[in-house]
Amino acid sequence: MPAPSPFLTRFLEVFPVDCPKPSLFELFWSTFCIGAVTFGGGYAMIPVLEQTFVSKKGWLSEEEMMDLLAIAEMTPGPIAINASTYVGTKMAGLPGAVSATLGMVMPSFLIIAIISGFYLQFKSNPTVGAALLGIRAGVTALVVSAALKLGKKAVRRPADWALCLLAFAAVGFFGLSAILVIVAAGLCGYVLYRKREG
Amino acid sequence: MLFLTLFLIFFEIGIVTFGGGYAMIPLIQTKLVGGGFLSLEEITDMIAISEMTPGPFAVNMATFTGMKLGGLPAAAVCTLGVVLPSLLIIMLVATVSSRMQENKTVKAVMRGIHPAVVGLIAAAALSIGKTALFPMGLAAGISLSSLALALLCLFSIKKCGLNPVVAIVASGVAGIFLFGGI
Repeated sequence: MPAPSPFLTRFLEVFPVDCPKPSLFELFWSTFCIGAVTFGGGYAMIPVLEQTFVSKKGWLSEEEMMDLLAIAEMTPGPIAINASTYVGTKMAGLPGAVSATLGMVMPSFLIIAIISGFYLQFKSNPTVGAALLGIRAGVTALVVSAALKLGKKAVRRPADWALCLLAFAAVGFFGLSAILVIVAAGLCGYVLYRKREG
Repeated sequence: MLFLTLFLIFFEIGIVTFGGGYAMIPLIQTKLVGGGFLSLEEITDMIAISEMTPGPFAVNMATFTGMKLGGLPAAAVCTLGVVLPSLLIIMLVATVSSRMQENKTVKAVMRGIHPAVVGLIAAAALSIGKTALFPMGLAAGISLSSLALALLCLFSIKKCGLNPVVAIVASGVAGIFLFGGI
């Protein structure tokens, strides 16, 4: 790669094209907000993770988001924690990983710590139940929109459609484990694309 | 001693459950009910509470168990236990993966995985939708109010760029008016 001209280097110093490195507090706060509003965990979180990390903050590209989801699914532990740690590590190493993960954990921790004393009343409160019925409907729409949005880029050719529909049917109708599906899809990718890539 | 036991139990849960969330329930049951820490009713309540509060399911369960057994310090120990395996493994993966992204084999494998991930998200939408749109069970039929709310949300997100966080809060408020008998 040729060295960039001094003018270009100076220009980029004054007008950085890249988003600036987030502060530890910004990492903490962004995952704190995600943890505070996402009910149901796991896949229900994907739309909010995508919106925050890709669209709003620009910390990840859409491909990285897909890689991240694959990695989060293939490694043990909650998807939300895996995703926060990944983004934190990428943006600011170990301190970033700890800040982002702490942010994701804190809202749950505080809310449950408070509620655990009188959870029986909370559980049977009709207003809480009604709000949750509404939230579930909203979350369904969010997850559908995440599938549509990520699918626009990742599912274009017939082979992509085949893999996508097979994965959907395997998990949605036959109850196969998600890791198994990802490993199988990875093998298909290797067989189909190993000669063409690069 | 209790703290160390709790830490180890949740550390193990964090290590062996892939996909998180509901995959943890069977193990939590064997470990906590089998170990005489919680009753089966408490586990059921815990699952209900975890569903009704925001945040990752595993963290909710760990905090709840800790609070029941030893108050705030125990809750912190359980939560640390369940989070630590993810933190360590993902930090390792994130450090290695940035160097591997240009690798040809990794690229080919990821090209196969990306469409499958979209399929997995669609499958998640299906299972979430089943409980959301058929709140009384599949046999009782679809709830038209829920369906209308979901479609309105989807339309606002796709066409008007509604923020997902705002959508969640708004659908909660709409739920109170639609289903709360106000």
